[in-house]
Amino acid sequence: MDRVPILKIGDILLVSIQVDLQDHIALALQEDLGDKIVATSARGVLIDISALEIVDSFIGRMLSTIASISRVLDAETVVVGMRPAVAITLVELGLSLGGVRTALDVDRGMAMLAASTEVRDDELEPDEHGAIDTVSAPGD
Amino acid sequence: MADAAVDKGWATLLRRNGDEVVARWSEAAAQSLEGRMTRAELERDVREMYDALVAGVGEGDRHTLADASFAELRALLADVSHTRARQGFSSTETAVGVFALKEAMLGVLEEHGDLAAYRSFADFSRLIDELGLYMLEVYAQAREAVIGEQADALLELSTPVVKLWDGIISLPLVGTLDSARTQVVMEKLLQALVDTGSEHAIIDITGVPAVDTQVAQHLLKTVQAARLLGAECIISGIRPQIAQTVVALGIEFGDISTKASLSEALLAALRKQGTDVVRRTGRRDR
Repeated sequence: MDRVPILKIGDILLVSIQVDLQDHIALALQEDLGDKIVATSARGVLIDISALEIVDSFIGRMLSTIASISRVLDAETVVVGMRPAVAITLVELGLSLGGVRTALDVDRGMAMLAASTEVRDDELEPDEHGAIDTVSAPGD
Repeated sequence: MADAAVDKGWATLLRRNGDEVVARWSEAAAQSLEGRMTRAELERDVREMYDALVAGVGEGDRHTLADASFAELRALLADVSHTRARQGFSSTETAVGVFALKEAMLGVLEEHGDLAAYRSFADFSRLIDELGLYMLEVYAQAREAVIGEQADALLELSTPVVKLWDGIISLPLVGTLDSARTQVVMEKLLQALVDTGSEHAIIDITGVPAVDTQVAQHLLKTVQAARLLGAECIISGIRPQIAQTVVALGIEFGDISTKASLSEALLAALRKQGTDVVRRTGRRDR
C-alpha cells in the first residue's frame, strides 16, 4: 500500500491514516491532498490518526505543513483521534503542531469544521448562495 | 582435654539446656519488646529460632550464617524480620530479639559452663552478631518494599479523575508535584479525556502546596498535550500566594485560562460547551 486514501464527505475530505506512515507515503499524502482540495474545492480536511502509535518529528511537521497548505487553499485542517501517548511524546519533543486544530474524534472534528464553515459563510455571504461562486470563480 | 573443650563448647551447652535458654532468651527479649507483642507470641518466635539454630549447628564451635545447614534459620529470620518491619517495629526492636540470646547464653554459661565454654563464647557471639546483621538487612529491605508500596498507593490515590458534567472532567491535584507524579497525572488525564470523550478538563491545584517553575512547566505540558487531543484545560484553585509566586517567578500561562476556584472553572467550561446554568425563579414545583 503506497498511498493513503482520501475520502470526500460533503465538502470535507477525510484522511484516515491506518498504516505506518513512512516518509515517502507522508510526502505522497501531502501532494495528493493538495490536488484533491483544488479538485473538489473542499472546505475542510479531517485527518484521523487514531491508528498511529508513533508520531515522530517528521510526521508532526507533515501535519503542520498539510494544515498550512490547506489554509492557503482555503480549507481548514482538523487532526482527530490522537492517542494520549502520542500527545505526550509530541509535547516532550517540544512539537505543539502549530496551526493545527485538534478534536477528540471524527464526529467532533466534523462538528468543528461545520461550525467554522458556517461562520465563514456568514461573513462571506451577505447575498445569496450564488454570489460566492461567481466571486471565487475568476480567482481559480 | 582438647576433646572435652569441644564437647563443652557453646553448641553442646545450647543443646543440653534448651528450655532454660529459651526461657532466659524470651525473658531478655521481652524486656525491650514489652507491650509490642504478647509473651506467647514472643516465646513461640524464640522457640522456633532456637530449634532452627540447634538444628543448624553441627559439631565444633566455628559456624557462620552462610553455612548450608543454616538455610532454615535464615529463612526463619527473614520471615520474622519481614513481619516485624510490616508491624512497624523499629530496627532495634527487631534485632534485639536475636541479641537477647547472647545474654541468655551468658546466664546459662555462668551456671553450667566452665572456662573452655567461656572461651568458645567468642565464636558464639560472632555467630549471633551475624544473625543480627542479617535480620537488620532483611528488615531494611522489607521497609524499603513497604515504602515503595506506599509511594505507589499514594500515586494511585492522589490522581483521581472526576466527571463533573457531560464532557467536563476534573482532576483535583493534592500534594507536591514532581516529575514522576506529573507523568502519571498527565497520562491519566489524557486517557480519561479519550475514554469519556470530554472536551473540557479542569485541573484543580487547590491541594498543591507550592508552584515553582518546574511544576508550572509540567502543568503547561499537560495542557498542551490535552490540546493536541482536541480538549481544552482550565487551571483552577490558584490561591493568592501561589498567584504571587507565579508572577514573581515570571511564569507565563499564555492563553491557558486560569480561574480562582473550581466552581468558576466549571461555569466557564459549561459556557464554552454551550450549557447555561439558570436559577429558577418564582414558586418551586413540589
